[in-house]
Amino acid sequence: MFNANVPDEYGRFGKFGGRYVPETLMNALIELEEAFNTYTKEESFIQEVNYLLHRYSGRPTSLYYAQRLSEHLGGAKIYLKREDLNHTGAHKINNAIAQGVLAKRMGKKKIIAETGAGQHGVATATVAALLGFECKVFMGEEDMKRQQLNVFRMNLLGTEVVPVTSGTRTLKDACNETLRYWVSHVDDTYYILGSATGPHPYPQMVRDFQRIIGDEARKQILEQEGRLPDAVVAAVGGGSNAMGIFYPFVGDAGVRLIGAEAAGKGIDTKEHAATMTLGSPGVFQGSMSYLLQDEYGQVQEAHSISAGLDYPGIGPEHAYLKDTGRAEYHPITDKEALDALQLLSRTEGIIPALESAHAIAQTAKLAPSMGKDQIIIVSLSGRGDKDVEAIMKYVNPSEASFATQNFKGVTGHDAH
Amino acid sequence: MTLTNQNRIDRKFAELKALGEPAFIPFITIGDPDLRTSVDIIKTLEQAGAAIVELGVPYSDPLADGPVIQRSSMRALGKHQISVRDCIEAAKLARSEGCQLPFILFTYYNPVLQFGLEKLFQTLADSDISGIIVPDLPMEEDEEVRTVAERFGIHIIPLVAPTSNARIHKIVSRASGFVYCVSSLGVTGARTSFHSGIDEFITTVRKSTDLPVAVGFGVSTNEQFARFSKTCDGIVVGSALVRQIEEALPLLESEATYRQGLLQISNFVRELIGK
Repeated sequence: MFNANVPDEYGRFGKFGGRYVPETLMNALIELEEAFNTYTKEESFIQEVNYLLHRYSGRPTSLYYAQRLSEHLGGAKIYLKREDLNHTGAHKINNAIAQGVLAKRMGKKKIIAETGAGQHGVATATVAALLGFECKVFMGEEDMKRQQLNVFRMNLLGTEVVPVTSGTRTLKDACNETLRYWVSHVDDTYYILGSATGPHPYPQMVRDFQRIIGDEARKQILEQEGRLPDAVVAAVGGGSNAMGIFYPFVGDAGVRLIGAEAAGKGIDTKEHAATMTLGSPGVFQGSMSYLLQDEYGQVQEAHSISAGLDYPGIGPEHAYLKDTGRAEYHPITDKEALDALQLLSRTEGIIPALESAHAIAQTAKLAPSMGKDQIIIVSLSGRGDKDVEAIMKYVNPSEASFATQNFKGVTGHDAH
Repeated sequence: MTLTNQNRIDRKFAELKALGEPAFIPFITIGDPDLRTSVDIIKTLEQAGAAIVELGVPYSDPLADGPVIQRSSMRALGKHQISVRDCIEAAKLARSEGCQLPFILFTYYNPVLQFGLEKLFQTLADSDISGIIVPDLPMEEDEEVRTVAERFGIHIIPLVAPTSNARIHKIVSRASGFVYCVSSLGVTGARTSFHSGIDEFITTVRKSTDLPVAVGFGVSTNEQFARFSKTCDGIVVGSALVRQIEEALPLLESEATYRQGLLQISNFVRELIGK
């Protein structure tokens, strides 16, 4: 049964979540949980975080009616929750600011983080500079190649980027390395985890620090349309932006919550990151959730054109939302995401991050089947600047108009 | 299930206590470089003075392990996709060839979960494996596993860390077999210094339980082995041994030098434990 009051005291969302970590980390997690429960209730903490979110990051971000995109797709009215307008260009800054302030309250001196696409790394490096922390960000060697610009940005901000050469050299291994480093330096170091994953209290904490996306969107759509949306769509890797925008709507039974996950080269190939579609329950990086694994419980490599979605796990609350039927998750291929990226660029003048392009692709499939009086809110979790170099080898802008045509073809709906 | 299975670890500690000797508990990654060689390494360790062997199940995401054991896991997975079942088979083979050592399976939780709890503990009992260590299963999460393990008479060896503080008492009060003290903050791997409060920590654990107390994570030299022999009933050596095996791989991979490779491992162990 679905219950909105999760997690429980053990950090469980139904059977998912929990704390599967080496004993060395348990005290740190308990200390973190206590600090989270104490400080986030204090007025001075809330004020400091809100001040930084508003004056430094630029919140509230706008809820923008994408008229040209809506008209092009010929169905529901599409609103974009513009997390790309945040300082540093993605929703990741919300969580980094709040955890950074928490680390300060806890008296920690150093900050560590993991990053895939680099957005969380840049957000953490930014907050470390702002609040005066020494900072290290762990990043897979493969991702460092794919996201050189973000590596450079982190260095400019005074953060050391530590290349991770173990395993698949991507986000999954960066997470392992960060946890390993944390085990050794747990006395003075705070780990800013960037997604709604990991051991309790991280999934709950990240959700609560990201729910501002959904809280704002809910208020804004009521102001602009006088009603709630019919669907909320967001891309899901670990699932922080999706959890952030979904959470304030989970109690609204009439609002469909739809996650778009990375299907890479297709769910009929081995190169995908479709954890919800093809994964099974397992324990990975500190919590029980859906997982891409083989029959022996070995974690499988994930693939996505987006370094941020290239992850074999998913946050435990998403697993819970899926199992209880409250949210649905659909796979989007690299190709569909690239087409959607061009579609949004051409119709709205907004180049989305590859992650967000997955949500746009899902929306492009959905919107034409809906009525013109219906409303979709899409989490535009980040801007595409970081990906431009990576997509240059796949996209020929002079052919991009074909991409926008493609989406009309798949709808099967008489748009006009 | 056999009674001897339940008691191999307990009997071994009782035997060594009577002799006044510490238990040397080596860890190896099973399947590095292959199952047959792992069995021969187990037998070599027994001859060189091991008291109990930890059979490491190779895992794709070994969170508690440092680079040496990570590398050995990757080798075992890369070459032969060694699974929990293969590790159990290696133990059975060693036993059938005369090995009398108590065996402990060392595995992360997800392979256990996918094998199936009931099925795994049944198989461990049937295969004369006496205990299991799951480094990513803290006491808050182990209820179900504990219930099944107890039913089959398998010891779940708990880890306690220098950061466990108030948790120590609760952890050891539920323990069986022995208590495994993590000597330092951090992952597995040889190191030159241990946690500054290590002796006090071991004393605290000792006061909290009548069970044997072992120490591990980072022990790599004879001097360190001797140091902990004074305060602990058992000493676990993992990374330092796995590194020796890594260095012996070129010898182990050729029939002509295979014996020499095993001898090299044996010599390392004898020097380490001073025998």
